[in-house]
Amino acid sequence: MAGDHHDHAHDHDHDHGHDGRGHAHAAPTSPMAERVKAIEALAVAKGLVDPAALDLIVDTYESRVGPRNGARVVARAWTDPAYKARLLSDATAAIAEFGFTGRQGEDMVVLENTDQVHNMVVCTLCSCYPWTVLGLPPVWYKSAPYRSRAVLDPRGVLAEFGCTIGDEVELRVWDSTAELRYLVLPQRPAGTEGWDEERLAAIVTRDSMIGVTRLADQPAELRP
Amino acid sequence: MNGAQDLGGMMGFGPIGIEANEPVFHAPWEARALAVTLAVGFLGRWSIDEARHARESLPPPVYLTSSYYEIWLRGLERLMVRHGLAIDAEFETGVPDPAAPALPADLKPAPDAAQAAAILARGASARRDGSGRPARFTAGDRVKVRDINTLAHTRAPRYVRGRVGTIERLHGDFVLPDAAAARRGEDPQPCYAVRFAARDLWGETAHPNDCVHADLWDDYLEPA
Repeated sequence: MAGDHHDHAHDHDHDHGHDGRGHAHAAPTSPMAERVKAIEALAVAKGLVDPAALDLIVDTYESRVGPRNGARVVARAWTDPAYKARLLSDATAAIAEFGFTGRQGEDMVVLENTDQVHNMVVCTLCSCYPWTVLGLPPVWYKSAPYRSRAVLDPRGVLAEFGCTIGDEVELRVWDSTAELRYLVLPQRPAGTEGWDEERLAAIVTRDSMIGVTRLADQPAELRP
Repeated sequence: MNGAQDLGGMMGFGPIGIEANEPVFHAPWEARALAVTLAVGFLGRWSIDEARHARESLPPPVYLTSSYYEIWLRGLERLMVRHGLAIDAEFETGVPDPAAPALPADLKPAPDAAQAAAILARGASARRDGSGRPARFTAGDRVKVRDINTLAHTRAPRYVRGRVGTIERLHGDFVLPDAAAARRGEDPQPCYAVRFAARDLWGETAHPNDCVHADLWDDYLEPA
């Protein structure tokens, strides 16, 4: 585990406003939980945010927007050559056909994996990620090990995901330094001939659309 | 800014922390941190670029030992203070302080849940096609990344500065983050995907079949 998503026990450079009273019977809360509670209460009290809007944002990214969106795009591209052509020439418009639009997906680019080319996506400078089709990024994508090494030793990174690509395959890393958001179009695995879109979408994983895994490497028993 | 956010090519962070069946949020406070950060951002007092600069301005020891949502919160606090929405003492208590200056007179009302949903669905594209200056480069051109070192915000990572690459594609005209973060207007200009051979970035130890693309603005480049 990278261990960088838990609360750090050591204090950095602030006190966290915990007065030490009134918590005798409550579960201990972390300094960060206290801090967030204070900022949220303050923002509500000052009229800077509407609590209902906060709940809507959480619900959107916890329940409504996620990698199943991207999986539907991929399955459509596998089964509809005209759609795939649109997706590769104007990804933003093609993805919008599903209604997947908005924040952190305003300007999309789709990268096609082939026998000759494998694409993988990183954001070395922060955590840019195509929210509209993949939801919020996993912790590893936002963390120093991946961000530092994806551009320097991409094959070593892939190996940690259990993905080995041949020396003859061109590996293209895409660093999301601007407001373009990248989605990898994985190769359709052999043995899925005749499957319909829904069944295909079910085998498309988030990591394959970031480009850190290949679907062909997935154990067959994991496939629906 | 040569801050701790610019991680590409650094070493020593250890393995990728891959987590099976990772939840969207690892603690309830993370969900609230995301929501509050986005919702206060909806007031339009700062650009995404200024927000990124606030995060990357954290001292490197703090940045590197903070979880991602902790970095977001610290950035949000700095932005709220800078833009007159709060004073530091209020983050300790979560209660408006009589000593705090009045909120800006031109502050928009906080979006309600329906308005927040619309904002998320619409997003905020940084594309400004047709408003930038003519593109100086075309696909296939060899370019060198300028050696930009600034305390201000820039999206040219250190690992490409001074390196020679090839224009892969022209994305169109996009808001220049350096200008937006400094509140110098948008200065829209051509943004390109630039392809760098891994060996041109990292030397002979890099795989001969690897390349890295970064999205770079016209201002960052000169003819090679």
